[in-house]
Amino acid sequence: MIPELGHFTLILALAMAFIQSSFPLVGATIANQTFMALARPVARLQFFFVVISFFILVYSFLINDFSISYIANNSNTLLPWYYRFSAVWGAHEGSLLLWVLILNIWTIAVTYFSRGLPEYFVARVIGVMGLISAGFLLFMLFTSNPFERIFPIPLDGADLNPLLQDIGLIIHPPILYMGYVGFSVAFSFAIAALLDSNLDTTWARWSRPWTLLAWIFLTLGIALGSWWAYYELGWGGWWFWDPVENASFMPWLIGTALIHSLAATDKRGIFKNWTLLLSICAFALSLLGTFLVRSGVITSVHAFATDPTRGIFILLLLGVFVGGSLVLYAFRAPTIKAGGKFKLLSRETFLLLNSILFLVAMLTVLLGTIYPLIIEALNLGKISVGAPYFNAVFVPIMSPLVVFLGLGVITKWKQDNLFQLLIKLRYLLISTLFIGITIVLVFFENHQLKTSMGIIAALWISLTTFYSFYLRLQNKKNKLAAMLIIPRSYYGMLLAHLGFSVCIVGITITSNHSVDIHERMKIGDTIEFSNYQFNLRDLKEISGPNYKATEAIVDVKKNETLITTLRSQKRIYTVRDMPMTEAGIDAGFTRDIYMSLGEPLDTESWSVRLYHKPFVRWIWLGSILMAIGGLLAILDKRYRTAKQRKKSIIVNNEVVS
Amino acid sequence: MSPRKKRIFVICIVLSGITISVALILTAFEKNLMYFYSPTEVANGSAPEVRDFRIGGIVLKDSVKRNVDNLKVSFVLTDTVSEIEVQYEGILPDLFREGQGIVANGKLQSNNIFIAKQVLAKHDENYMPPEVAEALEKANSHFMEQYK
Repeated sequence: MIPELGHFTLILALAMAFIQSSFPLVGATIANQTFMALARPVARLQFFFVVISFFILVYSFLINDFSISYIANNSNTLLPWYYRFSAVWGAHEGSLLLWVLILNIWTIAVTYFSRGLPEYFVARVIGVMGLISAGFLLFMLFTSNPFERIFPIPLDGADLNPLLQDIGLIIHPPILYMGYVGFSVAFSFAIAALLDSNLDTTWARWSRPWTLLAWIFLTLGIALGSWWAYYELGWGGWWFWDPVENASFMPWLIGTALIHSLAATDKRGIFKNWTLLLSICAFALSLLGTFLVRSGVITSVHAFATDPTRGIFILLLLGVFVGGSLVLYAFRAPTIKAGGKFKLLSRETFLLLNSILFLVAMLTVLLGTIYPLIIEALNLGKISVGAPYFNAVFVPIMSPLVVFLGLGVITKWKQDNLFQLLIKLRYLLISTLFIGITIVLVFFENHQLKTSMGIIAALWISLTTFYSFYLRLQNKKNKLAAMLIIPRSYYGMLLAHLGFSVCIVGITITSNHSVDIHERMKIGDTIEFSNYQFNLRDLKEISGPNYKATEAIVDVKKNETLITTLRSQKRIYTVRDMPMTEAGIDAGFTRDIYMSLGEPLDTESWSVRLYHKPFVRWIWLGSILMAIGGLLAILDKRYRTAKQRKKSIIVNNEVVS
Repeated sequence: MSPRKKRIFVICIVLSGITISVALILTAFEKNLMYFYSPTEVANGSAPEVRDFRIGGIVLKDSVKRNVDNLKVSFVLTDTVSEIEVQYEGILPDLFREGQGIVANGKLQSNNIFIAKQVLAKHDENYMPPEVAEALEKANSHFMEQYK
């Protein structure tokens, strides 16, 4: 009975989504106040129904209701309760419900934090979000109902995929989805702006904090995914250029271009067309990501052909939203007036160049991701595009981007003087090259060219960032007071750019200086590796709630002093009879020591992988800094005062009228 | 700068960006595309001799031989019609088992032994890599029924 209630509330939510999308959108066009006023309450009602539905699924998982097919396939009585909870989004149907729930969380946030915005604008934003929700609810109800029953009811479930039984997979999908789906807000703002008769740049200011927030979640979500892959897959990689990863990376690339372009539109009234296009593009890529991950095309185009309803439905959704918005854009874009003027040598130029580079980077990833699918669909053979392709194209695209980033930060808006810029650059360039090359020569013996490229890039970004801060304070008498006046979004920019350079350091050093060995070990064996001594002290049999494991205990010594003891497990999850590796990691600021058990070779020896991964933490540290930078930008007073000013204008108008 | 000049400048930048990236992609593609061949195709001699490629099939029962001193291992891959010996040094993936479908990347030697640089097995107990499933289907349609 309870699962049917969950199904029923989903249908009610769909009904609300239809009302939420039709009346407010029509109301905004014919200026009907009653229709527009429906937007907020109906959106909240839809949220209410979706939440009930979601909690019914959670509840059914917790009480092990195996009469629901989705739960029977993805849970088990032996599964600990927290994994039964996260199993809700462990597979297709539930993760779609999470998608819709998160879309509704964003919508509800818009209903509460949009009080300063004009009524017709909010009605349009909420209306467009209602359309998206309706599309996905239809998709769920027609092809992927999470509450579908099975008969006969199995005694126990088939268990959750052991790979997903991990803390990282409890938090990673919701955070990533917050980012993915968050771009729907930027998209809806862009559509609302395009529907508006007089398209100015105020929408850019309204859209900015939302877009930044979505970008922050996406950044953290991708970093979490990379961290999870690093410790869970057991072979020390942190990025694989896997189609599923690319699906989240493409919206991030465009999202990054978008937050910069939005800033320029907001501050200087330029790039209006470009910003609108990026907003549409970011959400289109989120939808494409959902299609790639959820339709089954990634495993094989033919897997898609065996169950085409789901894939075709998402493809249809993609076509309607992207096609519809691009048509609208094509009609409206020519009427948009060009904003402020700028000269060739100006910050605007560098912003635009990097925007384009982000787009090019996204297209190369897109091509590498879908080219094999196209070739396979055309029956031209089976190919795979490996990581070397992405690495080969990504570095040359990112190099000019880094150069332009540094130049953009120290160049003035509108117009700069080439001679003065060169004077500024003189010391910056010399110190960047000098420090970079010195560091590489002193600390690194091999791969010096690649390493110095990365280190110089990171130094260039940090030094130009600090220099721009210095320029800002240069002519101020009271430096401390000046520091306090500088808006938070500026500090956000500083921090995010520093985070980017920290990331580059991590990626460069880890990629070029990690070492690993695969060895055969039995109890008592010691291996000398990367100036550490690894001693396999013991092998223990362990049994967990739903698995059996062999644990290797390895003492790591350097010059006869014990540094750490690593524990790595090889687990066999009994229900699916599936092996899993739990790596033993000693994390450090400048290096990780990483060990994972391979396989039993005979009665007493095991194969063991050992890794020394310098600076790998910096990749995630940099991502966190970027996210904090974004958060600082959101907290900028600009948005709050803007809201208050708007409010007072509206209040005044009401008083007058 | 006049609007017209600016537009021309932007167009030039976009075009050069596209040209450079297309050139990059094509060279990178050319180097890094890997084609898939089944053991039968390899036996027919249609697999490339100099390039890396992917091969997939079922690990033949009782064919896995390990070296006692190091991590060298050899096994036979089959699509039920043809067989090919694969050699690898390193740790095999968690789900590598005899009777399991796997995919390997590497190069074919002149003595028809495949030297694998990487061995992949998917993380699912009854999962058959789609390439392998198709290769088997092509080789012998009856065989697939056991796996369905």
